[in-house]
Amino acid sequence: MDKMIMLGNEAFARGAYEAGVKVVSSYPGTPSTEVTETLAKTKEVHVEWAPNEKVGVEVAIGASVGGARSLSCMKHVGLNVAADPFYTAAYTGVSGGCVVLVADDNGCHSSQNEQDSRYHGRSAGVPILEPANAQECKDFMMYAFEMSEKYDTVVLLRSNTRVSHSRGIVTVGEREERELIPYVKDFQKRVAMPAMAIKLHVAQEKRLAQIEEDGNSFEINKVEMNDPSIGIITSGICYQYVKDALPEASVLKLGLINPLPKKMIHDFASKVDKLYIIEEGDPFFEEQLKADGIEFAGGKELFTIQGEYSANMIRKAFGKEIPESVEITDAPGRPPLLCAGCPHRGLFHILSKLKLNVMGDIGCYTLAALPPTSAMDACLCMGASIGMAHGFEKATGSSDNTVAVLGDSTFLHSGLTGLLNMAYNGSTGTVIILDNRITGMTGHQQNPASGKNAKGEEAPAVDLAEVCRALGVKHVVEVDPFELEELEKILKEETKRDALSVVITKRPCALIVKQPMTVHVINDNCKNCKMCMKIGCPAIEEKDGRPYILPESCVGCGLCTKVCKFDAIEVPGKEAR
Amino acid sequence: MNTNILIVGVGGQGTLLASVLLGNLALMKGYDVKLSEVHGMSQRGGSVVTHVKISDDTVNSPLIEKGDADVILAFEELEAYRWLPYLKKGGEMYVNTQQIMPMPVVLGQAKYPEDIMGTLEENAGAVNTLDALSIATECGSVKAVNVVLLGAASKALPFSEEEWISVIEKFVKPKFVDLNKEAFAKGREA
Repeated sequence: MDKMIMLGNEAFARGAYEAGVKVVSSYPGTPSTEVTETLAKTKEVHVEWAPNEKVGVEVAIGASVGGARSLSCMKHVGLNVAADPFYTAAYTGVSGGCVVLVADDNGCHSSQNEQDSRYHGRSAGVPILEPANAQECKDFMMYAFEMSEKYDTVVLLRSNTRVSHSRGIVTVGEREERELIPYVKDFQKRVAMPAMAIKLHVAQEKRLAQIEEDGNSFEINKVEMNDPSIGIITSGICYQYVKDALPEASVLKLGLINPLPKKMIHDFASKVDKLYIIEEGDPFFEEQLKADGIEFAGGKELFTIQGEYSANMIRKAFGKEIPESVEITDAPGRPPLLCAGCPHRGLFHILSKLKLNVMGDIGCYTLAALPPTSAMDACLCMGASIGMAHGFEKATGSSDNTVAVLGDSTFLHSGLTGLLNMAYNGSTGTVIILDNRITGMTGHQQNPASGKNAKGEEAPAVDLAEVCRALGVKHVVEVDPFELEELEKILKEETKRDALSVVITKRPCALIVKQPMTVHVINDNCKNCKMCMKIGCPAIEEKDGRPYILPESCVGCGLCTKVCKFDAIEVPGKEAR
Repeated sequence: MNTNILIVGVGGQGTLLASVLLGNLALMKGYDVKLSEVHGMSQRGGSVVTHVKISDDTVNSPLIEKGDADVILAFEELEAYRWLPYLKKGGEMYVNTQQIMPMPVVLGQAKYPEDIMGTLEENAGAVNTLDALSIATECGSVKAVNVVLLGAASKALPFSEEEWISVIEKFVKPKFVDLNKEAFAKGREA
């Protein structure tokens, strides 16, 4: 068997592949995206980007009912979107194994919150598995499929940024093709209406009790007895920090984190003098185990609910020495930026100029909230820009100074229903859809507007303008966001218009469609007004007190030439780089 | 044997290839290895860091913490400065002498620190500076900065020159192998 270095997410994909997964339907979201991307490269598996996580989970459930092993992957907030099918599928169970992978983001590396998905799994009533390294990502994925079929339940596989985005050595095997489980109609099991649901709930509680009992001997729950004076209960990435910080301690590493294998835990507790719980996020283990009468020498009061843990944090809490280090306090931050050539830059320059209230959304363009554009007032969750703009209008009685701004993929994910609501409930607002033909921030995944599917094959591209009209929007305008004068004129007209309107800014992501590679330079006409520096382009810096275009960063988009009033930016000789 | 290498730079500078090469070298030699990297939001021109931990024993946490890096490979000066606290006492730094202004500096809201090299010299066991961008450009591509830096740092790492060359041949796209071998050799000489 081969050993390879794999990203945690690649290892999850490998596990699903080897377990014979047949259908995968996901929506991209950091830190979960690469699982589905990796599977999309295989020939044997049907892999698709769904328009949102709810659809993804429904497709996976349908595939399971159809008899195949299926998977849906998402980030933590994606599970909120998918919660509806997820909670009831927890009653109806599976035919083919069905795994939902959710990746949390402790530390908010790339997310709007730090919510703890373990509660979703517990609340829905499904088993949750949590791996601690890349090899376990593969092994636990395979185990999750087996468990799903054995216990007739959806299994939640929980990861987080550090597990998904760390690489380690993984032993790979072969794919095992699986026969489709023959479909048998069974409305008592699959039609969740009250009379059936009430019985399904009983069955669900029964299987959870069985899993809890069996979990006491699952090999994915491991006791490592060392010095019995300190015992640690932990799981996932925290296990790694514990092993570095407290190599002498006895450890109970949980792989099954819901339902908790209580007998095993009580047994471990009885063998150690002082028992501690080390878990990132909310006190999920702690509250349950305290309620079960287990006494702890320490848990959350030694640590924190916010952010990530580390070996040094644990060393400190246990009074151990931490390595000496220099202190640096004056390093200026380096926040991420819209890329050089980014089509969003033109729009946000104008929104900033017009001083509009901007109800924003989730995507690369959320970066426009930062200086110098500073052109976003609010950002909540996927698609919320539209609902918020509508509510703001109904509260203030005017939509003249307010717009909703969201990307094409975000609009298709969760904006359609919001726009339908605006049309239905008499909004006169303006929604701006940034159509860059791709899902950008997560690393360029296809979406229903891209013209390609997850496997890179040709696919129908939805016409956003037609969709908006069909929802009841009478005024739909399309514009190139780099035609600044036209864009400004349109935005002034549409925000003042006494009717609902949608402005679609059309220009592909700068990272997928290369501009003509012509580096711009600043010539002697420059009056040093620094207007070009106000668009926040990473290719424009100050050098010797004047703006300077970095030749290695400029992609030649030419937006700076349009904000310069003195014709001071040019392309010398139009020479290709 | 435990070697912790922190690779720091600005999103888009190619820090990832450097860690893939290092990781596979470690695997080839039969060591345990873990790498940790940043995706998503921070890749858009933000500060980026990749952790590489190699050991002849088990590597637990994939993260290098403050005071724990044997070697820091910095693709940019401010990033070298920002991550200096992660260097172990007596650890070595390899710094590409390139300065990329972050937006708060461009906007005049913050100052790019002066005398970064002085602070590094004062606190690190050794600071090796090189103009990796010029060397990479000489070799034919600005993108080879990563391999130039790896070449420079290679002498401090537990792998032979032949092993480095073999991993470049195996993991770099065929048409860029010669360019990267040259970049590696020039970095190693620098």
